[in-house]
Amino acid sequence: MTAGLGRAPRALLVALAVLLAALVLGACGSTQDEEQSSNDGGSGASTTEGTADPNAPIKQGLKTVSIPKQLGNPYEETEHSGITEALEELGGSNRVQGPTDAAASSQVPIINSVAQQRPDAIIIAGNDPNAVAPALKQAARRDIKIVAMDSDVASDARTLFINQTSTQLIGEGQVKLIADQIGGRGEIAILSATANAPNQNAWIKVMREELKKPAYKDIELVKVAYGDDDDQKSFQETQGLIQAYPNLKGIISPTTVGVAAAARYLSTSPKKGEIKLTGLGTPNQMRKFVKDGTVEEFQLWVPKDVGYLAGQAAAALVSGRITGKEGETFDAGRLGERTIGANGEIILGPPTGFNARNIDDFDF
Amino acid sequence: MPPEAAPPAPRETRPAPPPARSGDGGAARLRGALGSWEALLVGLLIVTMIAGQGLSSEFLSADSFTTGSLDISEVALMALPLTLVIVAAEIDLSVASTLALSSALMASLWNSGLPLEFIFVICLAAGAVCGAFNGTLVTWLGLPSLAVTIGTFALFRGLAFVVVGDQSVTDFPAGYTDLAFGNFAGTFIPNTMVLFAILAILFGVLLHATPFGRSVYAIGANEEAARFSGLSVRRIKLVLFVLSGTVAALAGIVISLRNSTAAANVGQGFELTAITAVLLGGVSIFGGRGTIAGVILALLLLGGIQKALTLSESISSYWIQIVTGALLVGSVLGPNIARRVREARRRQATHHQEAHA
Repeated sequence: MTAGLGRAPRALLVALAVLLAALVLGACGSTQDEEQSSNDGGSGASTTEGTADPNAPIKQGLKTVSIPKQLGNPYEETEHSGITEALEELGGSNRVQGPTDAAASSQVPIINSVAQQRPDAIIIAGNDPNAVAPALKQAARRDIKIVAMDSDVASDARTLFINQTSTQLIGEGQVKLIADQIGGRGEIAILSATANAPNQNAWIKVMREELKKPAYKDIELVKVAYGDDDDQKSFQETQGLIQAYPNLKGIISPTTVGVAAAARYLSTSPKKGEIKLTGLGTPNQMRKFVKDGTVEEFQLWVPKDVGYLAGQAAAALVSGRITGKEGETFDAGRLGERTIGANGEIILGPPTGFNARNIDDFDF
Repeated sequence: MPPEAAPPAPRETRPAPPPARSGDGGAARLRGALGSWEALLVGLLIVTMIAGQGLSSEFLSADSFTTGSLDISEVALMALPLTLVIVAAEIDLSVASTLALSSALMASLWNSGLPLEFIFVICLAAGAVCGAFNGTLVTWLGLPSLAVTIGTFALFRGLAFVVVGDQSVTDFPAGYTDLAFGNFAGTFIPNTMVLFAILAILFGVLLHATPFGRSVYAIGANEEAARFSGLSVRRIKLVLFVLSGTVAALAGIVISLRNSTAAANVGQGFELTAITAVLLGGVSIFGGRGTIAGVILALLLLGGIQKALTLSESISSYWIQIVTGALLVGSVLGPNIARRVREARRRQATHHQEAHA
């Protein structure tokens, strides 16, 4: 074996020299300020300096990039098509760029590269609230506005969060829906997902509070069953509920898996139409049960509207119509005027009801 | 830009020693083939830079280097010991799962209130144990490392989920997360790359300039011959797997701090990128050949391609997987075809000589 530089290290040195030369050339374009600011760890996204000018014109040729949790998810595709709709309506454009898997840190390289492209705003559905935060803060320091949508990121890493709905609105909406369907009187049950799902339990808590109101005094919640978001288990739990409570008048299943399984059971049961079923479901899953009369009406937010609101909010933010402070209002196109709530949150609204009249207008 | 802060430059490394199985002429030819492989990588790197700049005017910038190298930090770290493992004609598919287990341990121990420095030690030790487990199954039970580490690939990832579940832990002290995320002393070189450079030099010296390294080549070239010449093959392989596990655990610490998030689902698929880097770097999948320098070139190339594709405004992220996969296949196929061509030529040449004699 010979000592000294062989061919391999020499090739490496050549490569390093080329790389360095390229970097020097490239770095000449960027200023020292950027280098410095990209190194400190302070926050930048949540600062809401300046004052809002509600009459500011919408910036011309607005460019946004939206980052879904993962490419190839139909629900998210619908959501992001709403962003594109909003931007195109305002004479701008949106581009979707996302990771191929939904791991906590998969969005980080995408955010870094998108930030280099310098769009006016980034709209993101976070896979993990904190893993993406440092990258988003860096993007914000380049004067890119950050809007979270659907699932929030760390609140100091974004200016706005577009929430599809609120716990309170879901709880209220579901109870009102079942009360209307059973005529405000009788026994009801809830078919939930897993016993420790935080969102389910938060909704159920609101439902219990709602049921204490005088308007619902003749309704009795007899049981909360858990179908574990498993189709077969939810199916069996529905069967169990109906056998155990012969006077059961209604079931609320605030989970897409549960409500579809319950509908499947009821659709072939003699109690079809007699026991009312509602919950949170998607139109595509529930269409045939609405058409065959098993289900009168169920609810969910409209994913396309979530995206549309995010697009409108991002445009208003970039143009200076809003800065992200609580109480500021802006015109959100076909969704009308919207107000920013506490902590930069904008709620799309109560869940939308889907029934025989409108279900064919939706495809998701 | 201070040249001393440049990415890993293991000047100490020497060219691959001639594999034990080839004669003198063969060794020279192999050395030539190795050199040309690395020249090919340099060529590809230049092509990538030109193409990358074509895709986005932002490509050739300090920013791209910072974020691009940060993105492959963990893969780069894991590729170093993996190079030695593959040179010894073994494989370790469990590295990304060990990384995840390390991250999960970090999450759960931090929740239980232990000091972070102590947690680092436990994580590294756990990685060493994972590696020792792989190594023991491979050396003492004589099982093929491909099968063993496919098993532990699932096992360690599963354990990671047992340790911490679906939770993720995010409240690590900012001092450490800034260190993992930040750049080295005001330059555009991320701290993680400095860590990589140090380890690259260590592994480069270990592989290319120590008796241990020569043994690794000898084992990869011909295990039987290595054993008969008195090398303790089992012990050496065990050490390689322990190194691989330990560095994977270190990568787990790095990625958790860098993203301020420790969770069991981090780094899925990283093992394939790391193996791609090693094979693309000219390390033979059959063992006995390859250099740390080549692997570093391959990492630069992979990082550059990934950066170029994510920067491009018109190319979908799916292409990163497609290109990575194609490079993996190409880097195994390329040398094989080249060797066959060379052997065919040599046969022709000896025919000629015999005919003339």
